[in-house]
Amino acid sequence: MSTTSPVEKAGAATATYVDQRLGSNKFLARNLGKVFPDHWSFMLGEIALYSFIVVLLTGTYLTLFFKPSMVEVVYNGSYVPLKGIEMSEAYASTLDISFDIRGGLLIRQMHHWAALIFLAAMTVHMFRVFFTGAFRKPREFNWIIGVVLVTMGLLAGFSGYSLPDDLLSGTGLQIARGIVQAIPVIGTWAAFLLFGGEFPGTDFISRLYAIHILLIPGLILALVTLHLIMVFTQKHTQFPGPGRTNDNVVGYPLMPVYMAKAGGFFFVVFGVIALVGGLISINPIWIFGPYTPDQVSAGSQPDWYIGFLDGALRLMPNWESTIAGFTLSWNILIPALIVPGILFTVLGAYPFIEAWVTGDKREHHLLDRPRNAPTRTAFGTMAISFYVLLLVGGGNDIIATAFDVSINSIIWFLRITLFIIPPLVFVFTRRICLGLQRRDQAKLLHGYEAGRILRLPHGEFIEVHQPLSVKELAVITSKNDIEPLPVPEKADIDGVKNKKFKSHNRRAKLSRFFYGDNIPLPSAAEIEAGQAHVAHDAELEAPLAAYEDADELRRAHGGVLHHPGMAETNAEQEAER
Amino acid sequence: MSDLTPHDDHGSAPARLGHSPVADSPHTLRVADTDPKAAKRAERQVASMFLLSMVLVVAFIVCYWTIDKSTNIYIPVFGEVGLMTIALGLTSGLSILLIGTAAIQWAKKLMPDVEVVQQRHEMVSPEDATAEAVANYERGKEESGFVRFPIIRRTLIGAMALFPIPLVFLLRDLWQSPVSGTLTPAEILSTTIWKKGERIVVDATYQPIKAADLPIGGLVSAVPASLPEVQEAEGNLNARGKAAIILIRMDPAEIVSQQGDGWDYQGILAYSKICTHVGCPIALYEQRTHHLLCPCHQSTFDLANSGNVVFGPAARNMPQLPIGVDSEGYLIAMDDFSEPIGPSFWERG
Repeated sequence: MSTTSPVEKAGAATATYVDQRLGSNKFLARNLGKVFPDHWSFMLGEIALYSFIVVLLTGTYLTLFFKPSMVEVVYNGSYVPLKGIEMSEAYASTLDISFDIRGGLLIRQMHHWAALIFLAAMTVHMFRVFFTGAFRKPREFNWIIGVVLVTMGLLAGFSGYSLPDDLLSGTGLQIARGIVQAIPVIGTWAAFLLFGGEFPGTDFISRLYAIHILLIPGLILALVTLHLIMVFTQKHTQFPGPGRTNDNVVGYPLMPVYMAKAGGFFFVVFGVIALVGGLISINPIWIFGPYTPDQVSAGSQPDWYIGFLDGALRLMPNWESTIAGFTLSWNILIPALIVPGILFTVLGAYPFIEAWVTGDKREHHLLDRPRNAPTRTAFGTMAISFYVLLLVGGGNDIIATAFDVSINSIIWFLRITLFIIPPLVFVFTRRICLGLQRRDQAKLLHGYEAGRILRLPHGEFIEVHQPLSVKELAVITSKNDIEPLPVPEKADIDGVKNKKFKSHNRRAKLSRFFYGDNIPLPSAAEIEAGQAHVAHDAELEAPLAAYEDADELRRAHGGVLHHPGMAETNAEQEAER
Repeated sequence: MSDLTPHDDHGSAPARLGHSPVADSPHTLRVADTDPKAAKRAERQVASMFLLSMVLVVAFIVCYWTIDKSTNIYIPVFGEVGLMTIALGLTSGLSILLIGTAAIQWAKKLMPDVEVVQQRHEMVSPEDATAEAVANYERGKEESGFVRFPIIRRTLIGAMALFPIPLVFLLRDLWQSPVSGTLTPAEILSTTIWKKGERIVVDATYQPIKAADLPIGGLVSAVPASLPEVQEAEGNLNARGKAAIILIRMDPAEIVSQQGDGWDYQGILAYSKICTHVGCPIALYEQRTHHLLCPCHQSTFDLANSGNVVFGPAARNMPQLPIGVDSEGYLIAMDDFSEPIGPSFWERG
């Protein structure tokens, strides 16, 4: 120990003091050198975490000024166009934050931007985890927590969007109420209890406020903590590369490199959000005016993350049925509750579905390349295409006005393609993945194409192949070949009927669907032979290379181009002839 | 930290079966590793970023004190923007950002860039730990008598199942029926404050309307004349949310059908303004086709034909309000709506 400066001495004393009470040095000993693998895509989750911290900081500031009350007041702040107009205290205090508190608008816009970034980062982070198979054993719990976090994020965003009580947010609430009211049996009562009576009532903003600033962030905070503890104890997954196996972690130690990089990245995310919040206006509620239930503006758009739900509502045909005097609004239930319900359930259950189909019970710490799990990758892109089509549906009015197309045509186009494009995307993705697998196989067996044609002394032309780099070899051979499950026997040798034949057969079929087309890695011997053959190419090319080197040298010394057996000048050529 | 070894010494990572073993790729030194001048330059870069960050905090304070909060400036692309917001955003944003870029530059240029290896261990607990846990559990089960006393076990389960019920009950009074608990939500949703003889007034000015005020092809958003008093008495906007209507006038010959005989007045029709899909107010009216389009989800209603749905997700007609005129010639309602307005609900039928 070379603690010399007074600061370090004080630090050491503090560490000892804390350690004697909590045993914290054991933790530090284990974790100060903890290794984290490096990859740009691992920063997506970091962006989500850091933007959430910014949301908490800016949100806390906003609570100091925002008044979650629907009491009508007459506005008398400094925004002239709304002076003397009656509005709820919630809206008036949001105007005050925007115009009368220095930096208030900056913080409000940072809060909104950070929330949008939080949701976007979570979504893309989830894509990364999905496509690389990071959700596999032992990380299934963390995947579920992630899915819950995305859901909570949607609720957090929507509840916050609804608080300022401007015309746009009120319209969103009106729609939310219509959806609650459509729930069979309890819908009407649920809507009355939630809103404290009819819409809009006077209770909802204050109730939503408690949900937005206490309940949801509390849950998110708890789940994020759990999420991170799990990442910490299970150690981060890593991409394949030289020396990286399923049994180790290759990367940088927490202290100092990772601390500096991750800590620095927090400030980068924070700083960028502050810049965006300062420069780019978002949700200018003073333009929309205070909420009143009998007005709306054309082109009403929710925040992007609600867009897919709104799109689903827009695309749904107008089915409604009345059974025994009770109404079932399929036109609302299907797009707003059933479809998202199925989407999120399948999302949460996916790790278990895949593990069941593959029968794979091993731990996985080395990430899959998306091409090596073609069916999973195809499922992912299919789901994304479905989501994107709904999102496009959510902006159909904007598209109609921007591109001057009939809104009815857009809706019909989307209604139909919603069932055509995702399956096509599935098939294409799967084919592309298998094609890439074939390319990998070719690379292992024949090296990569150098793009040079070589003529051998006896006249044969060959294309020169070059051996793979150590890194590429490691990445390609990281592939995890999974054999499809065998078709079960109908009866055993003694003729005893297999009672579980049906379910086992179904599973075997699914397994074949998942892995039947897999292009297996060549054996180690084949790879070695392939790479050796490639090395042979290099041998053949060696004389040429040596010649070219010499040629280079000659040229550098002002010599002329010279090829063996070829005359050097025109005069000599003539003479030769 | 015995399992923490520099990567370069760890060339013999166990290869998996069927995979060729891979050697480590060689580590290339950075300029700052070999050239002391470059290292010095990196050091200066990092320090200047930290320094600039501090300067920007001072700039922030200066902006906070000196800029008038109502000053707007014009910036191309961004348009007319508040100078205060921009100045505070730029200074604080850059000062924070620079701390981040400095730390990352420090890590990338001056801290070691040699990857290290740590071994993983399976998550599953060692067998003796599991055995000890099972033994502890068995002992606890035995000592508590959970199995021996079935009656305790069953009553415990019963009590645990019932104890949240009061919490659910406590939610009941999130809403109370205004008329001493007599009206159900469905009944409340089924009526509005429109009644026979109620004058129709313009929604913003509360001016009563004569038939002659509304030309053919015209549209007016309207509410009941008694709305201000009701709003005052109830202290909310609920009545407005249900009673809002639009008046449109068309050539009587163009009216194909109505929801009731003679519910128009000389070609003036009154329809609810609240969409029957999920309740957005509607006012996008196309004069030529008599179509009314909801801006939220594009449900389209044909007002010349009983307010039928012609497109979009709404399932029900726009409810029509029967109207007439009073002795002074002002437009009045002849009755309340004959069905609930707005989105469907379970009890609606």
